[in-house]
Amino acid sequence: MSLAEDTRSRSLPDRLHGRGTRILKSWELLLFGIAVLIFVANTQASPYFLDPWNLSDATFNFTEKAMIGFAMALLIISGEIDLSVAGIIALASTAMGWALQFGVGTPGLVAIGLAVGLLCGAFNGVLVTRLGLPSIVVTIGTMSLFRGISYIVLGDQAFNGYPDSFAWFGRGYVFWVISFELTLFAIFAAIYALVLHKTNFGRHVYTIGNNPTAARFSGIRVERVKMILFLLTGLMSGIAAICLTARLGSTRPSIAYAWELEVVTMVVLGGVSILGGSGSILGVVIAALVMGMVTFGLGLLNVPGIVMSIFIGALLIGVIAIPRLVAKLRRA
Amino acid sequence: MIRDFIKSREAILVAALIALVLVVESRFSGFAAPGNLASVFNDTSILIILALGQTLVILTRCIDLSLASNLALTGMVTAMINAAMPGVPVAALIAIAIALGVIMGMFNGILVWKLDIPPIVVTLGTLTIYRGLIFLISGGEWVNSHEMGAAYKAVPRFELLGLPVLSWIAIAVIAGFAVLVNRSALGRAFYAVGGNPHAAVYTGIDVGKTRFAAFTIAGGLAGLCGYLWVSRYAVAYVDVAGGFELDVVAACVIGGISIAGGLGTVTGAVLGALFLGTIKNALPVAGISPFWQLAISGAAIIIAVAFNAQSNRKQGRIILKSAEHAQ
Repeated sequence: MSLAEDTRSRSLPDRLHGRGTRILKSWELLLFGIAVLIFVANTQASPYFLDPWNLSDATFNFTEKAMIGFAMALLIISGEIDLSVAGIIALASTAMGWALQFGVGTPGLVAIGLAVGLLCGAFNGVLVTRLGLPSIVVTIGTMSLFRGISYIVLGDQAFNGYPDSFAWFGRGYVFWVISFELTLFAIFAAIYALVLHKTNFGRHVYTIGNNPTAARFSGIRVERVKMILFLLTGLMSGIAAICLTARLGSTRPSIAYAWELEVVTMVVLGGVSILGGSGSILGVVIAALVMGMVTFGLGLLNVPGIVMSIFIGALLIGVIAIPRLVAKLRRA
Repeated sequence: MIRDFIKSREAILVAALIALVLVVESRFSGFAAPGNLASVFNDTSILIILALGQTLVILTRCIDLSLASNLALTGMVTAMINAAMPGVPVAALIAIAIALGVIMGMFNGILVWKLDIPPIVVTLGTLTIYRGLIFLISGGEWVNSHEMGAAYKAVPRFELLGLPVLSWIAIAVIAGFAVLVNRSALGRAFYAVGGNPHAAVYTGIDVGKTRFAAFTIAGGLAGLCGYLWVSRYAVAYVDVAGGFELDVVAACVIGGISIAGGLGTVTGAVLGALFLGTIKNALPVAGISPFWQLAISGAAIIIAVAFNAQSNRKQGRIILKSAEHAQ
């Protein structure tokens, strides 16, 4: 029935399945299977794939996006969305580049990147929680506004000349092939998994996503939780802006163009329901690996970026459509 | 009826639009001249047509982010056919464009209808797929002006009774929509599905099918715009109309189409598009760098949505209002 998304009613079984059955039937396992398949396909397709340095390079395809993806997952689980994340990256990067012209050093640049991210998140959060506006529209607006400010400042110019100590955030290695970004990705994955799955705050996020009214009646400060989630998403976008700017070594207003779609794709691919209320960080992590490997594997085969986006788009629709199609055919 | 209009959102939009034109006119005389306004309308025609298609989709509580990619793909297909086979008449190309757009719209619609996938997920996927297909069929090559036939490029510019055909097509679409939305059962179904899907089911409206119809119509219009865009600018490449899907949503939001569905009018969508179009045309006149355009569009969306939310609290045009609280 096409009303499923509107009623949001979920049937409550008398008893849950055992742990084993749940894991076997889980989205994460399916996704992990896909990840393994892609990995094997990649090793077959290109002899260069299994090189440790190549694999390390491959991680840059997803680390920055995934960091935003973690915060975005929480936001989407709570029933909101932030399409302005790429705009925030552009604005934060522009602010850092602008400060660089005045000789601000690496600590200052990092502080500015984080601060701009937080401010942008706060701006979104206030519009959504205080004025009660739909987040999808608000953030479509702020996405243009944030990137628009970058265009006003930069036009067709670029900021260059970031110091080497700053470049380390994007190009540095902590140990052997383990880059700083990959380390950061792992740390944030652990933090977000803990926060979402092991704290009261995480439970509140799920509750709000499932039923905001019930959440409010159970004493959850819905607006406050949502405000925090917008701030987190802004902050993570600021961090991604620091890493990306450091990695590229320059700021253009078109930086991270259309990343919001890739981040949302990653989160949805990771099994987070776009309608809110369910999803896991593990899913997002595996989805990040899947997307990173698809992009990198096709890159090794010299497939152009835009063609990869067909795969990503088809993957997004396919992984959601196929289980539903199978269920439908089974019923028929 | 006149009193109702004065209080309506449309009246405020008309006032804002007139104020905007007058402000620009006061600094740069000639902007409000009929000839110039006609050219602003002509420039905005494609945005108006797409915004009307998007309006139907949003009315049913869905969203279509793939319209600009659909436009770019159909535009490229018609341009490539025209370049390879100059003998194919333009009318056939337009028919192909619309048919192709309809197919892409139906693809979105069927996924939403039959498989219940949230529209934002579906169209986020097809947005990248349709755009990627352009690269696949064109190999990343451009189709330039000199490769296109004279007739292919002439149609939208051909003047009829003082207005280019492009403007006339927009006017025809507006008129068609006024009838479809206000005077047909399907038009009422769009409001019913978006206003209250449960009540719509009980009144015998197939929610999924109605959404499918909305996506199909929007897709067909995007296909038509694909031909219009490419022939008007006389160039086709992968990134044609990149990011335009958001302009379309912006026009709807400014025009008071509620993203929550079931609320909005044809007049509103047209005015929203005209408002955005006027700003875009005024910027170069006022000597403001085109780099300001994105930030201004963004600010306009935020202000419009904040403003709409305030007025929606007071009144709403939701049919089946009594059933509103039943769900």
